[in-house]
Amino acid sequence: MFYREAGQLKTTYETDQGLFPIIQDRWFLGLILVAAFVVIPMIANEYWMQAILIPLFIYALAAIGLNILTGYAGQVSLGTGAFMAIGAYATYKICTAFPDMNIVVIFAMSGLFSAGVGIVFGIPSLRIKGFYLAVATLAAQFFILWLFNKVGWFYNDNPSGTITAPPRELFGILITGPEASATTRYYVSLSFLVVFAMAAKNLVRGRIGRSWMAIRDMDIAAEIIGIEPLKTKLLAFAISSFYCGVAGALYIFVWLGSAETEAFDIFLSFQIMFMIIIGGLGSIMGSILGAAFITLLPIFLTNFPPMIGLHIATDISKHLEEIVFGVLIVFFLIVEPHGLARLWQIVKEKLRQWPFPY
Amino acid sequence: MEFLEAVFVLPFLDMADSPAFLMEVVIGGLLTGVMYSLVALGFVLIFKASGVFNFAQGAMVLFAALALVGFMEQGVPVVLAILMTIGVMIILAWAIERLMLRHLVNQEGIILFMATIGLNFILEGVGQIAWGSDVKVLDIGIPDQSFELGPMLLNTFDISAAVIAAVMVTVLALFFQYTAVGRALRAVADDHQAALSVGIPLKTIWIIVWAVAGIVALVAGVMWGAKSGVQFSLVLIALKALPVLILGGFTSVPGAIIGGLIIGVGETVAEIYWGPAFGGAIEGWFAYMLALAFLMFRPQGLFGEKIIERV
Repeated sequence: MFYREAGQLKTTYETDQGLFPIIQDRWFLGLILVAAFVVIPMIANEYWMQAILIPLFIYALAAIGLNILTGYAGQVSLGTGAFMAIGAYATYKICTAFPDMNIVVIFAMSGLFSAGVGIVFGIPSLRIKGFYLAVATLAAQFFILWLFNKVGWFYNDNPSGTITAPPRELFGILITGPEASATTRYYVSLSFLVVFAMAAKNLVRGRIGRSWMAIRDMDIAAEIIGIEPLKTKLLAFAISSFYCGVAGALYIFVWLGSAETEAFDIFLSFQIMFMIIIGGLGSIMGSILGAAFITLLPIFLTNFPPMIGLHIATDISKHLEEIVFGVLIVFFLIVEPHGLARLWQIVKEKLRQWPFPY
Repeated sequence: MEFLEAVFVLPFLDMADSPAFLMEVVIGGLLTGVMYSLVALGFVLIFKASGVFNFAQGAMVLFAALALVGFMEQGVPVVLAILMTIGVMIILAWAIERLMLRHLVNQEGIILFMATIGLNFILEGVGQIAWGSDVKVLDIGIPDQSFELGPMLLNTFDISAAVIAAVMVTVLALFFQYTAVGRALRAVADDHQAALSVGIPLKTIWIIVWAVAGIVALVAGVMWGAKSGVQFSLVLIALKALPVLILGGFTSVPGAIIGGLIIGVGETVAEIYWGPAFGGAIEGWFAYMLALAFLMFRPQGLFGEKIIERV
């Protein structure tokens, strides 16, 4: 009753091909955007932005990137952390080499670098599949981090071995570096997420997205109907790495401020992987929901026991958190293997039929 | 130019210079390889029988080693402690089947894989809460002395590790080949449905497989633990076992052994002879690159099942 297509007639080709054809969807999206751009900055404090919302948006961006590769094109990758690292280090190098360049242009360029490397490490996907490919992408993970660690050129030979975000302005407002305010950085990460999520949504419903899904579902059949596996798979790797690269650049420049290669280790890759599995493979919305779940869960687990008056020693609580995290993941996979995106669909289905489910 | 020389000329000159040292390096690599094989073996057993890519194998190694050390700290004699740890691993296998696998039947591989990463977190957490998280010394009475064999310097501990691994692989091979349970395991590995239809209890088989993998994890844990102390970093050797798997093929027991040996030797030799040219610490990725390069030519690994796809 609240959510249905009936009666929403499409009279032009534009409305027929709209990204959100149903009016309720448009309203919902509008509300979310208003909430994110107007309401939250008014009510959230610095801690909320720095510790929860900014990382959430950046993780969501990376998760969309991985979901394009794994969820849509069906190529399992455990090298997300490395592709993010390439974005971050490329941004750092360009930023310090050309101090006058527009920072947004630099973010995009670093994404391109990441895409290039993504293509190189995507080449094995033409011959191997599934877990073999997943393990092969680990080669990217370990090799690239080792390279960034060993070769001083990548971090300008600075003795601490870290890369630090230099302060850069956009339209006269400081957006990177430690001096930038949390609100500005919130807006930057949010804008990137919104633009990239929309782009991804557009991409996956068109010819490219459909060819990815065809390859995912059955590559031989896809080849027969004229989809080139080589181009399609490498394109998926390139675009996915582009997203991850930009996310990695934001990760350092907008969120952490400075970091070493450890920030991009294999656990980051796993974390992003968890986000898309819990959120739902093959869903843009799911990537964002999954990122929210994985970002919020540890914060919740840390703060919940003190809230109900339980005080646990820190070392034990760290392990307890691990256990609860593991249990929740297993539980979630058992209860809803298709992720939060599927739950969202069920909710929509219920809204459509309510109050007469027959 | 200098770099090219350091990559293409100097290592070979070094090798030719002192063949005895090269032999030592190769043998050292073989022995490290045995350790990798032990971990990879656990992966292969579970993947063969249940199609689960068990990321938690590393955590199982840690868990088993922690349990053993825990029992021994209570003053339990070694043999009894090992038996008790085997008991713990069997209970663990039962719990995993009952609480996790049973509910995930028929899910896609990646979902099962993710579930085992969850299991990984659980085992790490439980193990460290139950037995503490500091580095522990594990001494099960294997002598650790160096001795000379001709021009080479060897270590009794490494040799015993190799012997134990060889014995275990033989026992496993015999178990798979000649016992009724082993035959059932192979049947399940070949085809779940066919196995079910001739009356093989799938659930029991899964428990057995996970228990066997747990025991293999215990052996690996004892070996690594006795060598470098029982600590959290044991989990990370699982990551070293992955290239072994791609090299050997996910479903092949001999593949795991030979893959482990190749990776062990390749890694050690590369680190010692080519490491300086690249600035050291190439161990971390060398195995992966080797496996990756290998996959380009033989996608199914050394002994993996060949997947024939024709259009």
